[in-house]
This record gives sequence, structure tokens and C-alpha cells, in this order.
Amino acid sequence: MSLNRRTFLKTSALAGAGAVAAPALMTRVALGADPIKVGVLFSQTGGLSIIEKSLADATLMAISEINAKGGVNGRPIEAVVEDGASDPKTFNEKASKLVVRDRVPTVFGCYTSASRKAVLPVFEKRNNLLFYPTYYEGFECSKNVIYTGSAPNQQLSTFIPWIIKNLGKKKFFIVGSNYIYPREMAKVCKILIEANGAEWVADEYLELGHSEWGSMVNKIKSSGCDVVLSNVVGDSVVAFYREFKNQGLSHDVLPICASVTSEVEIAAMGAEYAAGSYTSFPYFQAIESDANKAFVERYRTFVNDPKAVTHHAMESSYFQVYLFAQAAAKIGDKLTPTAIRDAVAGSEFDAPNGHVKIDPENLHTWLTPRIAQWQADGQGKIVDQLPEPIRPLPYSAYGETSDNLFCTTAGLDSAKLKQ
Amino acid sequence: MVDTLFIGLSIGSILLLVALGLTITYGAMGVINMAHGEMVMIGAYVTVLSGIYLGANLLVAMPLAFLVAGAIGWGIEWLLVRRLYGRLIDTLLATWGIAILLQQAVRLELGLSFFGIHIDGLGPGLQNVDVPAFLRGTIPMLGTEINAYRSFIILVTLLLTAMTWFIMYRTSIGMQVRAVMRNRNMAAACGIDVKRVNALTFAYGSALAGVAGVMMAGFKTVFPDMGASMVIDGFMVVVVGGVGSLFGAVAASGILGEINGLVAAATNDILARAVVFGTVIVVIVLMPKGLFSFKGR
Repeated sequence: MSLNRRTFLKTSALAGAGAVAAPALMTRVALGADPIKVGVLFSQTGGLSIIEKSLADATLMAISEINAKGGVNGRPIEAVVEDGASDPKTFNEKASKLVVRDRVPTVFGCYTSASRKAVLPVFEKRNNLLFYPTYYEGFECSKNVIYTGSAPNQQLSTFIPWIIKNLGKKKFFIVGSNYIYPREMAKVCKILIEANGAEWVADEYLELGHSEWGSMVNKIKSSGCDVVLSNVVGDSVVAFYREFKNQGLSHDVLPICASVTSEVEIAAMGAEYAAGSYTSFPYFQAIESDANKAFVERYRTFVNDPKAVTHHAMESSYFQVYLFAQAAAKIGDKLTPTAIRDAVAGSEFDAPNGHVKIDPENLHTWLTPRIAQWQADGQGKIVDQLPEPIRPLPYSAYGETSDNLFCTTAGLDSAKLKQ
Repeated sequence: MVDTLFIGLSIGSILLLVALGLTITYGAMGVINMAHGEMVMIGAYVTVLSGIYLGANLLVAMPLAFLVAGAIGWGIEWLLVRRLYGRLIDTLLATWGIAILLQQAVRLELGLSFFGIHIDGLGPGLQNVDVPAFLRGTIPMLGTEINAYRSFIILVTLLLTAMTWFIMYRTSIGMQVRAVMRNRNMAAACGIDVKRVNALTFAYGSALAGVAGVMMAGFKTVFPDMGASMVIDGFMVVVVGGVGSLFGAVAASGILGEINGLVAAATNDILARAVVFGTVIVVIVLMPKGLFSFKGR
């Protein structure tokens, strides 16, 4: 025991990470064979645990399903669960712990961009691998991250032209929470709005976690806009939609079109406040496929809550484990982060949302953009979707196109970024 | 313009709603109650739970939340706060600890989630509160459409303020509370049961926070951390208004609310927030006792 403790202290000191007091939760599977250890790093406590708990649950569900089917080449996957505690610094420490002490070849984790940026140096320095399930602002090109959430172009490049053509809207009011994700999304929005012959009348922000929307909604009312594009994040979303309706605005005349509002927030605000508004995501709980219906049922059983909702980042948390397992099965015994990354690049999988593929160049995911209109029952009715997955473009705000990639296997071409 | 002033008034009324209980506990008892926000949170969860299990709406939840939060406040005073009078910093730390305990109790569903039992309405997630139809949408007034729910908050705040004023200035217990505020030892020497006054004051302050929680539930998001940011706004009002001054709290929340509303309308919400905090700093630098503190002797 004392030897364990000493080696632990030594490795911690080497990593420069703080000592980790809480023992990791282990889910052991009695399959006899040597297990494959992976890290699962989401916030189990703190404000962000509301969402991140569901991502951790989806990850563990995928692991238990894979183990129930016999694991990977007969080896079970063993999850080392750590708690990021809604704090980027803690995320960094726990990531170091997983990579250095537990020597896992892969970590599934992080929800916010702040936590991803905090753990990125750990994965790049140690050449390890992170599977990141959240839709995010792009502007990143790491060889040590597999991005399975949507890139900005996969949410906006069909959404904004669709709003202009199908809803006949011409004047956009862009509103968001005041941090990197909504501000980067607003850049992409403006490019697309102008390219499609419409205009934006305002680009306004409210502090993250703030919920006094009185003045903002009043401004929306008097701005003369005919559509609101919302990149509002977190619990502010609920107060926003309520205030919108409480000030007498209607989604029939002035719809909120959102890039972030998901099933979770709709359930919390009450469906009547969102009915008629739109969201663009690659995944909705209401997707009418047998694969998805079965997925929703399995998840509800797994978390023991018959009313649990599924959402985009959660579904990505689920299918990315399968992408990992496929890659690990192909590699065999030598499971190094680099080998896993090379095997995952270009691999494909039939996820609950449909067919997905990891782009071999930028390690983001080919996803199918969908647009849903929220209904009175709290579900999104899919009103439009592309026939097939489209290529992820993390630098679309800076002019990246499918024929002119900024982020390739050679890394980021920063010369293109400066133009 | 009416719109803007109304929003300022509404922001002010929300500030006052949260600060009302604080101004009494902090003013009368010298206790920095960091768990005040959690009393608001408990009020909000009473609304959620009474909606699920009793089918009750917001109006029914109000007296319930008043009683539940009051009882919990009374319990906290009896268990902990009464041992810490006169130790300002200790009350801050101890009540902060209570705040964390209360948050976790809700998040872990009173500990039952360890045993795999799920209570509908508790847990780490966002909760939905159904708002009665007559509080949604707008009502016409002064040539413009005003927000029904915000008007309702203003009304409730007015009623609670009037009730508090009546208790403090027109009843014998209120006179005792004011005597304790001015000089604790002298009040005790005159035969006032200071312990009992303290317990009642703390319970009443918490009960007011509980009602504030009901109002917040139909307006903001209900989740275990919701109280943490509100307690800051509450202290801001108390400090600007003058510790223990009911009139000060009313005036301060009105002023800060209108500043917030006007600056937000003229520029943006982020700047408005900065201007509000700037005003608070200027006030406490120039008038450390707040705008309306009573003259000590």
C-alpha cells in the first residue's frame, strides 16, 4: 500500500498536478481478460453537472452495452470516472491524473469550451487522445482531439439560408451569452446572413448565467427585426424564452431561431414558451428512426427515469464510444493514443442520428444538419434536413470551404487564416 | 420610455424581493446570511414540488413556501446561528457551509439518489414550473403593453414590504426587533427576550426569501445553484440602502433597478451591470453606512 502511495505521489509530482484525494470510481466487468481502461471526465458536481451528468451517463451506457456484447476483442472496457466539478482547473488536474497515473490511451470528456481549452495542453504534451462530444465554436485544429459534436457550419450553413428563403425573413437580431462560443457563432452568422442577401440589425450579449432579459427583449421589440438568432447558452435560455412570450412577442411573427436550445432547456421552461420556435442541430430526440427510438428507450432504462430527454451532445457522447471501440477492435493489442487516432480517422458508424464519419483531415465529424420546430409537447418536429452528412469546417468563420481546408493532417495552415 | 421605466421598476422589485429578508436578518441580527439565496432556492423547489404532488399553482405555493422556508430558517437559527452572535466572519462561513449543504441536499435528492431512488422534482437538473395562464403575456396599461408576470412581482413585493413595515413599526414584536437592532444589550436589560426575537427575525427573513423563491420559479430557471447569484444582489441592495433600514432597501433597489434598466436600454446589459456595481462602489466609498442608515448614539 505504501509503495502504491509513493509511486502515486511521484507520478503526480512529475505531472505537476495536484494530488487527487478522491479515489476513482471503477466500473469493473468480470470478463476475465485484461480490461481496456478509458477515462470519463465530465462534471458530476457544480452548475454544469445539469448537462454533463447526461453526457457521462450516455458514455457509461455505451461502455456497458459494448461490454455486454463481449467487449473489444474479448476485452472489457473499464471506465475510470473523474469529476471535473464545473471548474476548468479541476478538469486540467483530472485530465493529468487520467493520462499520467491511470495511463489511459483515451479520455471521453468535456462539455464547455473552457474545460476543453484547459485540458488541451495535457493531451497535446502527452500525445494522448480526447473524444469531445459538444457542438462548439470551431477555430481549433488539434491532432489529439476527436470532435464528434457539430462544427459551426453544420448548424448554421443550412439554417440561415433556410430562414431567409423558407420563412422569408430579412432582418436578424443576433443575441448570445457573453463568451467565446456565441461570439464566434455570431461571426459565422453575419457572413452567412450577408452572403444570402439579408441584414443583421443588432448583435447583443448578456452575461453567461444572467437571467434579467427585460431590457434585451424590449430592444428586440423596438429594433424592427423580423427574426431573432439566439446563441444563448445554459440556464439563461429558460428566462429568455419566458420573457420573450411575457412581453407579448410571438414565434409566429418573430420566431427565435436558436443554435443551442435543446430538449433539456425546453423541458425546463415549459413547452408553451418555445412552441413555434426553431433550433438547428444534427440530432433531436424526435428523429423518427427505429435506431433512435430504441436509443431513447435504452437511455431511459439506463438512467432509471422514464421522462429523461436525449439531446445532441449526449448522443455524440454515446456514439463516440462506439467509434473508439471499432478502432480498438481493428488495432488489436497495441492500443496507443496515436494508433487509436489513426484508426478512428476516416472511420464510419451508424449512430442514432444517422450515418456519421470522422473526417480524416481535421478529425471533426461528418453530420447531417437538421432544423426542427418546437411543438407544444416539447419535442422538435423536423421541418427540414439535408439528405446526407456534410463536411465539418471548424474555420468557416474565417473563410474555410470544403475545397479549401485550413485544417488538414499537416496541421493548421495559418497562412490561409491571415488572408 | 414607459417600457424602459417599467423594466427598471421591475428589476428593482426583484432586487427588493430578495433583499427584504436580508435587510432584516443582517440589520437586526448582524448575521451575514450566505444561505439566504438557498432559502430563495427552497421556495422555488416548494413551488416545483407542490405543483407535482399537490397540483397547486404559484398562488398556493406562496404561503407554503413562506412556512417551509420559515421553518428551515428557524431550524438553522436554533442549530447554528444562535451560537455565533457577535462573530460576523464566523456567521459568514457557517451560513455559507449551510448554503452548500442545502444545495447538495436538493441535488442528491436528500441523499436518496445514493440508493437509486429518484424523487420527481429534485435532483441536479433544471425544473419546470407551470405558470398560470393569467400571468402569461401582457396587459394593456398607459398606452403600452406591460408584462403581466413582472407586474405581479411588483404587486407581491409591495404587499410583502407593506406587511414587513406593519410588523416592524406597528406591532410590539416589531418594536422589540427595532430595539434589538439599535442596542442589543440595552434591549436585553429592558426585559426583551433577545433570543426569541432573534429566532423569530431569522425565521421571518427566511420566510420572505421563500416567497421570493416562488416568484423566481415562474420567471427564472429552477436548479440547485440558482440562489448563489441572488444573494450577491441582495447584499448589494442592503449595503447601499443602509443596514437595517427598510426604507433604505426600498430606495436602493429602486435606484439600482432604474440605473440598470436605463443604462441597458441606452447601451447594453453588460455595461449596465458594470455601471450598477460602479454605483455601489461609489456609494460605499462616500457613505460607508449606506444611503439611509439611522444615526447611532
